[in-house]
Amino acid sequence: MGVAIFLVCFPLLVAPVMYLIPNDKVRGRVTYACGALIAAAALCLTACWAAGGMQVIEAYDPAAWVDHLILAGEIVLAVIVTILCFKYHRGVISLLAIVPTAMIAFLELRGPKLAEVNAIYVDHLSILMCLIIGIIGVLIVVYAVGYMEGYHEHHTGFVNRKNYFFMVLFLFLGAMFGFVLSLSLLWIDLFWEITSVCSFLLIGYTKTDEAIANAFRALWMNLLGGTALAVGIVYLGYRTGNVALQSLISLGVAGRVIAVIPIALIAFAALTKAAQLPFSTWLMGAMVAPTPSSALLHSATMVKAGIYMLFRLAPAMPGTTTGMMVSLVGGFTFFMASIMAISQRDAKKVLALSTISNLGLMVACAGVGRPETIWAGIFLMLFHAVSKSLLFQDVGATENATGSRNIEDMHGLMYRLPRLAIFMFVGIAGMYLAPFGMLISKWSALKAAVDNNNIILVLFIAFGSATTGFYWTKWMGKLIAFSHRSGQKESDHMFPEEVLSLTVHAVLMIALCVLLPLISKAYVDPLLVEMFGTYTDVLSTSILIMLVVTICFVFAIPMLSMVYTRNLKMNMKLSYMSGINAGNNKRFIDAMGDKKKIWLVNYYFEDFIQADRMMRYSQIFAAAVLIIMICVVIGGVL
Amino acid sequence: MIEKIIGVAAYILLAQLVGGLLDGLDRKISARMQGRVGPPLLQPFYDVRKLFAKQIVGVINSSQAAMLYSYLLLMVFSGCIFFAGNDILMSVFVLSTASLFLYFTAVITGSPYNSIAASRELIQIMTYEPAVILACVGFYMASGTFNVSGIIHSDMVMITRLPGFFIAFVFILTIKMRKSPFDVSTSHHAHQELVKGVTTEMGARNLAIYTVAEWYEVVYLLGFVALFVINQQWWSFVLAVVVILAVYFLEILIDNSSARVKYGAMLKWTWAMTLLAAGVNLLILMLIR
Repeated sequence: MGVAIFLVCFPLLVAPVMYLIPNDKVRGRVTYACGALIAAAALCLTACWAAGGMQVIEAYDPAAWVDHLILAGEIVLAVIVTILCFKYHRGVISLLAIVPTAMIAFLELRGPKLAEVNAIYVDHLSILMCLIIGIIGVLIVVYAVGYMEGYHEHHTGFVNRKNYFFMVLFLFLGAMFGFVLSLSLLWIDLFWEITSVCSFLLIGYTKTDEAIANAFRALWMNLLGGTALAVGIVYLGYRTGNVALQSLISLGVAGRVIAVIPIALIAFAALTKAAQLPFSTWLMGAMVAPTPSSALLHSATMVKAGIYMLFRLAPAMPGTTTGMMVSLVGGFTFFMASIMAISQRDAKKVLALSTISNLGLMVACAGVGRPETIWAGIFLMLFHAVSKSLLFQDVGATENATGSRNIEDMHGLMYRLPRLAIFMFVGIAGMYLAPFGMLISKWSALKAAVDNNNIILVLFIAFGSATTGFYWTKWMGKLIAFSHRSGQKESDHMFPEEVLSLTVHAVLMIALCVLLPLISKAYVDPLLVEMFGTYTDVLSTSILIMLVVTICFVFAIPMLSMVYTRNLKMNMKLSYMSGINAGNNKRFIDAMGDKKKIWLVNYYFEDFIQADRMMRYSQIFAAAVLIIMICVVIGGVL
Repeated sequence: MIEKIIGVAAYILLAQLVGGLLDGLDRKISARMQGRVGPPLLQPFYDVRKLFAKQIVGVINSSQAAMLYSYLLLMVFSGCIFFAGNDILMSVFVLSTASLFLYFTAVITGSPYNSIAASRELIQIMTYEPAVILACVGFYMASGTFNVSGIIHSDMVMITRLPGFFIAFVFILTIKMRKSPFDVSTSHHAHQELVKGVTTEMGARNLAIYTVAEWYEVVYLLGFVALFVINQQWWSFVLAVVVILAVYFLEILIDNSSARVKYGAMLKWTWAMTLLAAGVNLLILMLIR
């Protein structure tokens, strides 16, 4: 399992090298090489594992010094966080780093003798995560090379710290691999904290007041989750003497009381990482960061770490209070975030809220904890990672080209920057339209919720799908609307890296949609067998095949219509403006007799929705639910 | 298999006839309610035939027509899924994709009246979608399958188990059939504040295509209504026709006796109704299962 160790260590070792390379060109080249190497290693790991019959692999019994290295890593991290907290006058937050580190250190040095645990654990779920990180993650890093070039051309006010930026990106990649490949919770805790700190560092990249404030908000929320994780680990270590994640899960599945508190605490930690209500604000704030970090950390990979954790715990969820808590918070977040997204004009804010919303659905799936819901959740995760990463990169490129990421400014983008508009169109279609992947997953989540008599989730999905459809569709409409600025010729200033990454994403997304039945049979079904022991078809093969037929139709019909109508004879007229057109479709004559430009705007219902207030109330509600449920869980055990 | 082919063929061939006749009936009854004689029963067919004979009138390039054709074809396709006895949720999802193409048809023109109406069309979609999805869930809970053919092969009359879902569905039918008080995006009469709403920029042959698509949609929706009644007994088919006609008459009555509301009111009322009728019905179904 040298490949697995390579995947974890190599990015961590490359990170300081990135920092030390001063020249942009050289760093770019090194980034490509390392990225390619990482992606290849991820594929190689997958191949090795598949060649071994897709069995669970536990390997590498670490020497004592490695465990001490991990502990040392925790302490270094806590020191860095403490220094930064005091530097920016937010000393209190450092407690959230010091206390858990001290607890973990105490457990390891003074606590009971812990059982020997293999370091590396490879199964279907971790391979899936590795592929997402190794392919999507690396593509985003490649995209970042071109993007950051353009970013600093447009934002001359910020200090150019690209070397630092790429260092953190690689640090993060290594930590993510470590997180999904580790078995021991002590290791998982370290990598968890590293991802939190990377996110914090990237959000604060520009060092503006807003960025710093948002970075610290993200930091304390994630560290709070980390603290819960640490408390859970210490409790588990003292009570059972075994801190392997898998043994905790089997205790939970067996319904042992000892596992209840650690599972609840780890689930809580996962909720903070997945930016569920009441912790969603950190993800909103994270959008001040440069786009690649939003795409990589705050949409495609890091927030998925929370989901990954919940999927791991899912078999222990059904019928427990923790499961109820998780599915309630997830469903609620799905619905509320999708309503708030309606009122946003900032494209990145819409993407952030939609990420929170979709993560909510995945969380809810995990909370129900049945094979069908995990099937849906896995596909949601997969499709969301691809579509959202595509959209983030596209919005970033659009911002570099037009200087704005306001959706209103994307009016008629199809005529101005067709390349970007088409990619955006594909990405949005993948997010919600029938019959693409996300919708199929939503469909099976709905079915599973009905089968499990979870009425609240059924209602959340029914209403949440409607609101989700609304904000995506009006965005799509903006892109294709006849432009009142079609006269302006613009160039999309895309670097080849960006085009490459976007193209691969778009192709990947369409391929995933068409291959869905195959992936389901060959990969997701065995994953569920591994997780639950038994498994029955979620959507029968006949439905899945019907689905592929439908996909082909839905693609073919607009294409054929385009071809057919292209040569039709048409009588072109001016559009109807009550007879006050000023010669063309772009202007009209106002009451004073002057020519005025038409300006068309979407509905946002800002008065009606008031996102800030709604967010506050939702936070209060969700926090109340969390506190009460956790008290019930802990009180039930003590 | 043969049943499926007959279902699809019947839908493709007959739906426009039935839809057109119902449209004519609608005009006739509405006229009588308003104390007029009204046009002949076949007037909608005369209209469409005349419109088809004309050239296409549009405001921008051919993409407008392309979107409209996609709307028609996807609408027919979703109806085919339904009348072939396939999965009802899939059919509903394709139906909403079809509706999006109507939105695109309107918004792509960049014409002011058309664009506002397009946004309202979207609000309408958001308003009625929960009730439609919940109706599918209701069928699934009562019959154990999402397949239309499975649903009509069950022993009971669905409406006895799903009265709340039925009420919610009839409620949103007013929106889907573009009847007052919920005809906020376009109505069948050009007396709207948005002129003719989403159809404002559809000239001549485009308008004919739109009308035919609407006929297909109405038949599909009424088929959905019939699903609440039909099982394997012969009388259930008679009952279905009676229920469909009653619902259709009810919609005409509501149309002629109410004034258009603002879209906010439409959204609030409909969602409240969906939650109350369908939600409570769902809760009861889950409890007695």
